[in-house]
Amino acid sequence: MDLLALRELLPELILIATGLVVILVDLVTNDKRVLPIVSAVGVLLSIVFTVTGLSALLRSPFVVEVYSVPGAVSADALAYMFRLLLSASTLAVIGASSDYVQRRLIGARGEFYALLLFAAAAMMILTAATELITAYVALETSGIALYALSGFLRDRRSSEAGIKFLVLGGVSSAFLLYGMVILFGLTGTTSYAGIAPALHAAFRENALPISLAVVLIVAGFGFKLAAFPFQMWVPDVYEGAPTPVTMFLSVVSKAAGFGVALRIFHLALGAPPVALEWTYIFAALAALTMTLGNLAALRQHNIKRLMGYSSVAQAGYLMAALAVPNDTGTAAVTFFLISYAVTNLAAFAAIIALTEGLASEAISDLAGAAQRSPFLAFCFTIALLSLTGIPPTAGFFAKLTVFGVAVNQGLLWLVLVGVVNSVISAYYYMAIVKAMYVGSAKDERTIPAGLALTTVLVCTTALTVLLGIAPDAVVSAASTAAAWLP
Amino acid sequence: MVLPFHLTLLLFLPAAGALVLAMLPARDHRLAKQVALFITALDLLLALMLWPAYTQLAAASRFAFEEQYAWIPTLGVGYHLGVDGLSLPLVVLTGLLGFLAVLVSWHIEHRAKLYFSLLLVLQTGVLGVFMSLDFVLFFLFWELELLPMYLLISIWGSPPPVGRREYSAMKFLIYTLFGSAFMLTGLLILGFTTGTFDLVKLSSLPLQAIGVPTTLVFWLIFIAFAVKLPVFPLHTWLPDAHTDAPTAVSVLLAGVLLKMGGYGILRICITLFPDVAYVWAPTLALLAGVSVLYGGLVTLRQRDLKRLIAYSSVSHMGYVLLGVAALGEAALTGAALQMVTHGTITALLFAAVGLIYDKAHTRQIPELQGLMHRMPFIGLAFMIAGLASLGLPGMSGFVAEFLVFTGSFGEFPMYTVMGVLGIVLSAGYILWTAERSFFRALPHRWEHLQDAVAVERIPLVVLMATIFVIGLWPRLVTDVLKLGIAPIAEAVKRLG
Repeated sequence: MDLLALRELLPELILIATGLVVILVDLVTNDKRVLPIVSAVGVLLSIVFTVTGLSALLRSPFVVEVYSVPGAVSADALAYMFRLLLSASTLAVIGASSDYVQRRLIGARGEFYALLLFAAAAMMILTAATELITAYVALETSGIALYALSGFLRDRRSSEAGIKFLVLGGVSSAFLLYGMVILFGLTGTTSYAGIAPALHAAFRENALPISLAVVLIVAGFGFKLAAFPFQMWVPDVYEGAPTPVTMFLSVVSKAAGFGVALRIFHLALGAPPVALEWTYIFAALAALTMTLGNLAALRQHNIKRLMGYSSVAQAGYLMAALAVPNDTGTAAVTFFLISYAVTNLAAFAAIIALTEGLASEAISDLAGAAQRSPFLAFCFTIALLSLTGIPPTAGFFAKLTVFGVAVNQGLLWLVLVGVVNSVISAYYYMAIVKAMYVGSAKDERTIPAGLALTTVLVCTTALTVLLGIAPDAVVSAASTAAAWLP
Repeated sequence: MVLPFHLTLLLFLPAAGALVLAMLPARDHRLAKQVALFITALDLLLALMLWPAYTQLAAASRFAFEEQYAWIPTLGVGYHLGVDGLSLPLVVLTGLLGFLAVLVSWHIEHRAKLYFSLLLVLQTGVLGVFMSLDFVLFFLFWELELLPMYLLISIWGSPPPVGRREYSAMKFLIYTLFGSAFMLTGLLILGFTTGTFDLVKLSSLPLQAIGVPTTLVFWLIFIAFAVKLPVFPLHTWLPDAHTDAPTAVSVLLAGVLLKMGGYGILRICITLFPDVAYVWAPTLALLAGVSVLYGGLVTLRQRDLKRLIAYSSVSHMGYVLLGVAALGEAALTGAALQMVTHGTITALLFAAVGLIYDKAHTRQIPELQGLMHRMPFIGLAFMIAGLASLGLPGMSGFVAEFLVFTGSFGEFPMYTVMGVLGIVLSAGYILWTAERSFFRALPHRWEHLQDAVAVERIPLVVLMATIFVIGLWPRLVTDVLKLGIAPIAEAVKRLG
């Protein structure tokens, strides 16, 4: 392989190098407050390279030929959009978690940041991969980092979360691998671009092994995306893991999972006869996932558990667009993920501040938060409105595009299920708003929020509103990137 | 005189005012009120400035003062504002009631800054619904009023044991969202099959060709407006929300929020799908007749003054739907006028009842007995609103109902008779309620009660004046309304 081609992986390589630097710095310094700063600088550097690449690619798709790592990682505009999404979200997680890590993860701070950076780098490769082996290795690399991160608190719930995540994650990887092996056996290639035409030919001879491979891959991804019926790990892991890790799982990990699913399903398995094998499965799973996520969320009292079920429901909406195997579906998933990322980052930044400040994860203990910290409560409310899909927030246009492409695909029934689900979700999202605004506080003091966390909260809330008022730049970038997929 | 970007200014001034309020020091209630009053007064002025300008415009184009910009061209969504004869009176009504709502809330001390901010955001939402000519923009403003309403009811509403404010607020929220979920589906079908969300463009497209049955789209969108109007059997949120809302919010809810439903039916359902409306008119008329009679009968049994007015609203908004179902120009004009007049009449009723509750701390009709002895002014306001509500000639309610009935009798004689029966019921419950609350002997415990003070009288006087002005000179409003109704009636006539 041409070593020069590795420059295309510069954003990832910077993250990995930063992770190593963080471990080294952790060894030699006693002031652990520099660790998030070192990590943030590394991620920022990576973002700079990603942004330059993306802006060039959005102007012209032909740069692809020049820069891609041959046969493993693509350098198309969509890959760069996902890289930017993942690295920027990682930066937000680092910013929002610095105080939490300083206080709660004594003795493991360096490892926390390093693992976070390694996981992010692996996920960036995962979403840009153009063939199955690269994707699988990247998926496992990020997975191992996440299993460890989930157990970082070392108390009973956190350890349970880590073990549960590890065992179920291993099983799902096995499903995925079996599916991939069958695909390789049928087509003789691991590249997405090669699989599509070969499958088309194989489909005429015998469709059964293809169906089996598709079902196994759907099951494997079902776990990663937290789709029904593979969502049972979500509430326990979300509740038990350290809150910044929950934030990372719900945003970065979810975006990466959908990023790779987009490529495998829309590129490798997206041609008409094969696509019919899984689009209806995904449509049905989408309906079940959102319904189950929302109904289960109604009964939650713990905010992190509630956000777990909320993320299951959101995965359901996303799958509705995943079930549309063309560039409009790809664009809708991408835009939804961007909106969901800024929204959920804002929500979790607020949750970290609130749960730490109130020393409780119970929703009822949020009473009076609006009087104690009006700005914090306001930002959280914006995020919750966006999750519900109420304008003028990012979540509204996210749902508009996702349900819009589903309507065009003839999935009107799914859209009806989706909009009714939005109404159900309003009940529990607004119950949080009610707790903050209607209840009265026992304590009048302002809830503390550090500078880094406040910055993250302000930026993500501003983006949530901005995407709800002027979404066109991002919507059109997503559709351009999707249309130019090789 | 019309300013550049007049509609945008009018629309976003209250929202900008809410931002200003948020910056103010938390403890200064007086300042918050004064800012809110100033902003709403300015907004009312901006709305009133449109009236002479519109009447001078010979109806050269369909909509006046249009502002149109590409907003999300990738999806075919535009920023398109404009008013016509149908929306202008409702815009002015919103400006007026928004201003009066601040005066009605003058006694609010608890978290006043948040209260007035929410009131202002609510006003932007309602104005946006009446001015948007793009379906996505319309939907955005339609949903913008949700959270302010929810918080206004659940923080400043009637606390237990008198009321169930948190329950009522959530019920309002879920019902409205339920309706708008279906509207969103209809909107998506229209927008994604035709590539535009512009209501003016959509009304000129052959929508039968979109591949989805237009009847389905019509009903999906209609449900949202039927919840809001409200139409039996989707009305059950209304009595709860009204009863537990603070007075100013009841005034706005009955005065303009319900009208968003009627306006939506006219502007979107009937304008885009005149053919479907034509076919389903008997069903709409049936729903209207049932709403009128059911609402009227249930009203008779109410003991709580606010609940009584709330149910009477269900009955009176039935006339709007009856006029819509008849689809003729007179009936449609009557329906539109009914929205305006009901807005002022019910606002006055709620304002009067709010004052009674503030002073007597009860709204139970059997306890009130002889309030007229101590509160002649409030009693007078209630009587005038009540008489207008039961359709006494010379007052605004009469004109609207008369237009609706004359227009609908030829089409649906039976449902029109049901409607007229509703008037009889109105006379019954209004007069009976007035007798039980105002004209009996004064109980000893009400000896200390005081009549309305100056600041409380302003809203009552203004609303009484509008009732008489429209009642005696209805052409002031109907001439404008007709300009907006004529194209809709024209489209229906072409089908027949």
